[in-house]
Amino acid sequence: MTFDYIVQQLINGISIGSIYALIALGYTMVYGIIKLINFAHGDVFFVGAYTGYFAAKAGLGLILSLVLAMVVCGVLGVIIERLAYKPLRNAARIVILITAIGVSFLLENLGITFLGPQAQGFPEIVKKTDFTLFGGVVIDSIQIIVLVVTVILMAVLQYIVHRTKIGKAMRAVSYDMEAARLMGINVDSTISATFAIGSALAGAAGVVFAVMYPSVDPLMGIIPGLKAFIAAVLGGIGIIPGALVGGLLLGVVETGVQSIPGMSLWRDGVAFGILILILIFKPTGLFGKNVREKV
Amino acid sequence: MNKRFFLGVAISLVFYGVIQALITGEVLNDSYVDTLVIMGVNIILAVSLNLINGFTGQFSIGHAGFMSIGAYVSAILTTNEGYSFPLALLCGCLAAAVAGLIIGLPTLRLKGDYLAIATLGFGEIIRIVWLNNDYVGGASGLNGIERVTDWTWTFFLVLITVVVIQNIVKSSHGRALIAIRENEIAAESMGVNVTRYKVIAFVVGAFFAGMAGAISAHYFYGIAPNSFNFMKSFEILVFVVLGGLGSTTGVIVGTILLTLLFTYLQDFPEVRMIIYSLILILTMIFRPKGLLGSVDVSKFFTKKGGASKDGGTTTTP
Repeated sequence: MTFDYIVQQLINGISIGSIYALIALGYTMVYGIIKLINFAHGDVFFVGAYTGYFAAKAGLGLILSLVLAMVVCGVLGVIIERLAYKPLRNAARIVILITAIGVSFLLENLGITFLGPQAQGFPEIVKKTDFTLFGGVVIDSIQIIVLVVTVILMAVLQYIVHRTKIGKAMRAVSYDMEAARLMGINVDSTISATFAIGSALAGAAGVVFAVMYPSVDPLMGIIPGLKAFIAAVLGGIGIIPGALVGGLLLGVVETGVQSIPGMSLWRDGVAFGILILILIFKPTGLFGKNVREKV
Repeated sequence: MNKRFFLGVAISLVFYGVIQALITGEVLNDSYVDTLVIMGVNIILAVSLNLINGFTGQFSIGHAGFMSIGAYVSAILTTNEGYSFPLALLCGCLAAAVAGLIIGLPTLRLKGDYLAIATLGFGEIIRIVWLNNDYVGGASGLNGIERVTDWTWTFFLVLITVVVIQNIVKSSHGRALIAIRENEIAAESMGVNVTRYKVIAFVVGAFFAGMAGAISAHYFYGIAPNSFNFMKSFEILVFVVLGGLGSTTGVIVGTILLTLLFTYLQDFPEVRMIIYSLILILTMIFRPKGLLGSVDVSKFFTKKGGASKDGGTTTTP
């Protein structure tokens, strides 16, 4: 365990962690606004990856593929919200949750039926070059791209949420939906906007994930989706900076565990173990505040 | 109440006899028996999850984990240790119940979505433990388990499950569970020991999930960790919610319908899951309380009885 080795694992962990963070943002935003664990989010991620795959095959570059995937996923997110979740706005939580699971099954199986169950290789749209930082620490071009994309999207998100009118509306609706409606905010369109932004981020994550691990398949979203969800809970579900920190932390811990010889199969177990510990000791997440319950 | 109870048991015994006669008369072939056993296993799972989710209102989505404990423990005992099946079955159930206790105590401090996530996490951890344990075959699982269970075993174990859970629900303990579901704080202030009852519901639910696991392990010759992943837990949850949370009858009917649907769509594997998920979404949108809501078949009998009594009083004066 040399210093170089640790730094190398840290870099690997941060690059996978930033993908988790991008997906986790969608979970957290949707949870923050309608208190729904959107299980279909991981499948929006897979749709993003496939959009990127077809765009790349059609000869579009990385940036165009990314933008296209974000648009497609944003629209998909709004369609899902309008068709499946909006009719259930006042239903019991478990009903909406089951619907989300249903939407997730539907997307996966539509994918298997129309795109085939087998994994497809992702075209090389970014040339993989290694840069040696110091000693034996290497960072490759794809990891740099993942980091740059994440940082840019986070900055844009931060701007939207804190500096624009729709962001203000989103914060108001998540704070108190009824009061926001009384103040003249169009709650439904605000919720749709939240889904659009969250899903677009998942779409972008799908493309960078597919570039990093060059293959796509219809069930690829399940595991990253669950991990991102853990990341969102870790940071405090409903809190945007929490999703970022949670994602990075989970990525680093996971890569750390994986790099210990003989422990690689326990990687997923560790992620869930973190989830349980955080839920037992601080259920509102690292950044969450305790809210006193009124009787 | 007692009369109705025995009537119900009698009717189900007649049902058992008819099916058994059809099986011995070779009217129903092996594939039908497979479906019946799967149905029975699913009913046990759904009814026991309904005790936790439907009656106590505790949102658990880790049921497949408990099922896997029953399956693995009983299979190890019969295959490697040479125990007889009934003893192994009991051990499997008890092991699952103990797991329910261990998992239940810390997690039941959590509420709603957080509890759901924690149980999902525990279910996955149990699966990963099997996956990384070479003694139980790792990823390929345990194979070569002797087939012990059949339609008779399945039927009587389903009957026991339904009778036990119905009796819990109809007792004062059941009213305590429902009180917790309706309003935890009010229940607590009325003197219901909330933590104790939640743990009881969890342990009993886990016990029967373990039973379902043992039955299916000893019917299908083998078990693998990946058949107990969170998809399986979702599947059980779907049975419960589609049938109607908090209605044993609804849950049984929903489970039977969904299992049949699944079996009949077997010839169209591509569209099967699409139809399944569409049904799921559409039922939730148009019948959010499940197919039967919280209707219970036994209530029909009481209503009838009440009506005739009213009729009697109006004619006498």
